[in-house]
Amino acid sequence: MSETLPTTVPADSPAGASRRRWGNLALFLAALALLAFPLVFGLGTVADGQEEPFAGTDSQATTEIQESDPDYTPWFEPWFEPGSGEIESGLFALQAALGAGVLGYVLGSLRTRRRLVGPGRTAHGVGPTAPGRP
Amino acid sequence: MHIAEGFLPPLHAAAWTAVAAPFVVHGAREVVRQVRRDPESTLLLGAAGAFTFALSAVKLPSVTGSSSHPTGTGLGAVLFRPPVMALLGTVVLLFQALLLAHGGLTTLGANVFSMAVVGPWAGYAAFRLLRGAGSGLGPAVFAAMALADLLTYVTTSFQLALAFPDQESGFVGALSKFLSIFAVTQIPLALAEGFIGVLLFRVLTDTAAADLLRLGVLRPSEQVPPADGDVTATASGGVDEHAPSTTTPSTTAPSTTAQDSEGSR
Repeated sequence: MSETLPTTVPADSPAGASRRRWGNLALFLAALALLAFPLVFGLGTVADGQEEPFAGTDSQATTEIQESDPDYTPWFEPWFEPGSGEIESGLFALQAALGAGVLGYVLGSLRTRRRLVGPGRTAHGVGPTAPGRP
Repeated sequence: MHIAEGFLPPLHAAAWTAVAAPFVVHGAREVVRQVRRDPESTLLLGAAGAFTFALSAVKLPSVTGSSSHPTGTGLGAVLFRPPVMALLGTVVLLFQALLLAHGGLTTLGANVFSMAVVGPWAGYAAFRLLRGAGSGLGPAVFAAMALADLLTYVTTSFQLALAFPDQESGFVGALSKFLSIFAVTQIPLALAEGFIGVLLFRVLTDTAAADLLRLGVLRPSEQVPPADGDVTATASGGVDEHAPSTTTPSTTAPSTTAQDSEGSR
C-alpha cells in the first residue's frame, strides 16, 4: 500500500502540500483526543492506597506489592529524593523541556538544511540512494 | 514501568542487571559505530534520544482512571535499530533514578530490560514485519511506536509477577493483576504515541528524506516531492557539485568517504 504514497494529488502541488498539512493536524488531534478523553469525561478513579484520581501506575504497583506481600521490605533507598511533590514535578518538567528543546533544535536544523541545501541531499552532498544497512 | 528502588528482591535485581548489561554495552558500541560510520546521522540520533527523554517524563491520563508515561523508544529503534536504544534508554532511566527518585539503581537492570531492550526490539520487529509485508511507512511506524510502548509495560508486569507471585493464584494471578495495572492503562497512551510517531516521521520525510533513505527507513519510491518554496531547488537539479555548502564545508571530504564506503562494511 506504500507504493501508492505519491497519490493522485502530487505532493508538490499546493493541493498536495495542504493535504499533507491537514493529515499532520489530524494525527495531532487524534493523539490529543485520546489523552483528553479520560479527563473530559472524568474517568479518574482513586485507586487503592492513593489520594487522588489518575495516580501513576508505578506507585499503584508499589502499593499492590505492599498489600499482597506485607512482609516485603525494600532493601535499598533512593540516595536522593526531591523534597516535595512540587520539586519533583519541576524536575520532571525540566526533563521534558530538555528533551523537547533538543528535539525542536534538531527538527529546526533539518528544516533549515533542506531550505539551504535542497531536498534529496544532505549537508555534505547527494544522499546515497542505496537503501539497506550493513 | 519504573519499578521503584528496592522493590525487587536482591536475587531478581542482580539477575535482571546481569541480563540487561550486555545489551547496554553492545548498545554503547553501536552508538559509537553509528556516529563514526555516518556522522551526518548524529542529528537524528540526538532526536531519538531527546524524544525518549521528553516522552518518558510526561505522565498522561488514561481511560482506566490512572496515569502513566509513554516511552518514545520506537523512534530510535526504527531509525537506528534497537541496540542504539539500549544505551539511550539507559541514560534516561539513570537520570530518573538519580535525580527524580523514579525507578532506582537496584531496579535499573529490570527497567532497562523492559524499556530499553524489549520495547525497542518489539517495535523494530513490528516495523520490519509490516514493511516486509509491503506496508507503508505510516502504519509500520504506528505499530512500532505503539508496541514499543505497550510491550515495555507488559514486560514490567512479568518482572513483578515473577518477583511477587500471588499467595493463592501464584504467578498467573499476579501477572493478571500487574497487567491490569500497567498494560490496560497503557493501551490508549500507546495509541497516542503511535499517532505522534507517525506525525514525526511525516515531518522527517519532508525535511530529512536523504537521511531516512540512507538509514534504510524510507524507500526511494516513497520520497515525497518537495512542497512549498523548494521548487527552484529541485529544478536546479540532481547533481550540482556547486551546491551552496553553507554548513561545515571542512568536513565534506571525510564524510563523503564514510558514506561511500558504508555499503562495503
